[in-house]
Amino acid sequence: MADVMKKATRESYGEALAALADKYPNLVVLDADLAAATKTGTFKKACPERFFDCGIAEANMMGVAAGLAAAGKVPFASTFAMFAAGRAYEIVRNSIGYPHLNVKIGATHAGISVGEDGATHQCNEDIALMRTIPGMTIINPADDVEAKAAVEAAINFEGPVYLRFGRLAAPIFNDAATYKFELGKGITLKEGKDVTIVATGLMVSEALEAAKQLEAEGIEARVINIHTIKPLDKDIINKAADETGLIVTVEEHSVIGGLGSAVADAVIENKPVPVVKIGVNDEYGHSGPAVDLLKEFGLCADNIAATVKAAMAKK
Amino acid sequence: MDVTTKKQLQATACKVRMGVVEGTFCAKSGHPGGSLSISDLLTYLYFAKMHVDPSQPDRPDRDRLVLSKGHCAPGLYSVLAQRGFFPYEELKSLRHIGALLQGHPCIHIPGVDMSSGSLGQGISAACGMALAGKLDHASYKVYAILGDGEIEEGQVWEAAMFAAHYKLDNLVAIVDNNGLQIDGPITEVCSPEPITDKFAAFGWHVITMDAHDFDSIEAAFNEAETIVGKPVAIVQKSTKGKGVSFMENQVGWHGKAPNQTEYEQAMAELKAQLSELEG
Repeated sequence: MADVMKKATRESYGEALAALADKYPNLVVLDADLAAATKTGTFKKACPERFFDCGIAEANMMGVAAGLAAAGKVPFASTFAMFAAGRAYEIVRNSIGYPHLNVKIGATHAGISVGEDGATHQCNEDIALMRTIPGMTIINPADDVEAKAAVEAAINFEGPVYLRFGRLAAPIFNDAATYKFELGKGITLKEGKDVTIVATGLMVSEALEAAKQLEAEGIEARVINIHTIKPLDKDIINKAADETGLIVTVEEHSVIGGLGSAVADAVIENKPVPVVKIGVNDEYGHSGPAVDLLKEFGLCADNIAATVKAAMAKK
Repeated sequence: MDVTTKKQLQATACKVRMGVVEGTFCAKSGHPGGSLSISDLLTYLYFAKMHVDPSQPDRPDRDRLVLSKGHCAPGLYSVLAQRGFFPYEELKSLRHIGALLQGHPCIHIPGVDMSSGSLGQGISAACGMALAGKLDHASYKVYAILGDGEIEEGQVWEAAMFAAHYKLDNLVAIVDNNGLQIDGPITEVCSPEPITDKFAAFGWHVITMDAHDFDSIEAAFNEAETIVGKPVAIVQKSTKGKGVSFMENQVGWHGKAPNQTEYEQAMAELKAQLSELEG
């Protein structure tokens, strides 16, 4: 996809916040000394009076966000996924989730595509952690268009939202002119009757590429983009299970507790079909260029296509 | 403070203490010791200081209080009941299934400004409320009550840094220095002392007060109002279990409910104090 425009969703996040500053006067942005990396620095430039750096203190930042929301503000609290969902988990649960406060958590640098920083910063557990918090909405946008729309949708939604953004530039496949973000609704990007590939975030464009490869081999794969992992669009999943009889999930996240688990939960409740999960297996990542790591961990079109082909035998 | 006002506050504090004993007795669990050590403070705040309106508990211009040491919910609930946010009868179903009053403060309870109970978190939320007040050029104040054991949590010091950095002079944190935590005296468990020096070093204006003397309490809060450009920490020297003879300074009464005999004795003592004040 050399001719496709690319942009990291963290860039989209910062640009969206800056663009929406005037429209939403209650919007406040917090960061924990990572504004240059999370790209909230873009908002800081546009609206310095509503940007507050909390320093390297994520636990307090989440609590401050809770207090701001309790007093009527719409705070976005930003840091790397590792610290937002990991380090600050219990504050997010008790100070944001339990009181169901209107806090938006902008978590960047999610997944293995953090790259060279290695395992300590590659958060493959955040979706699993956030899914366990009652009332938490989880959005994992796939490209620039979707990420920007998701930011505004989160502002207009009353309640805690965890937004997951990536460090690596992602192909922009949605058309800004026609794209419509509907919270909690999956999007069928390609029809198909033989198998359904359910993908989220950075893996959506890889899934589309895999579907092309499969088509050349006579396998018609449906591709569904799940940008809202919680609440999950169970209807689109169960319809796919009924109509294609096989689901392969793809996510840049642990195979434990993420999209694949959510999809499997939905399918089991209805009419079980085989669900094969592609993600980071029960292991840590390591340092290296993001694209190489994605290939190594099987988070690429080639491996998705190969996994689908092998899974066809389960039907 | 004039003698009549002081007597009224003392009598109200006595009723708040009776509510603490009632609530924990009916719940057969809960934390009476630390609730009793902050009963005078809560009484002063809700009856002499804070702008709150029980008929409109969520009005945007109200003063706010975050009970960061959330396990002392019986004290908060009792003062809120006395102030008219909900009926006193609710205290009798504290911690029961289906009850309004949860074991730790919950934001959905009328008059409760923030859910709390996981120690160290309330002070951060209070910082956020104070920051929102600054952004809105609002005149409300935010009060946070912390335990002296609670300040062993690292998040408290993250919040302390934040509050000073953003000059949150609309924030007053009160540290209830009763000297005891679950495992024993704070100085023996993992000492947070020197408390006043620590807050001063973090850029706060620090005031000390006697937690059970309304003149001292009033003087401290009057001084707090004069401080510009800094958050204020009031370290109150208190007696855990204050007002119930057999609970005073006993670490065992941190998180234990009175049995029938203890309940009757505690209520008798508090009733005697009350009739003396009202007599």
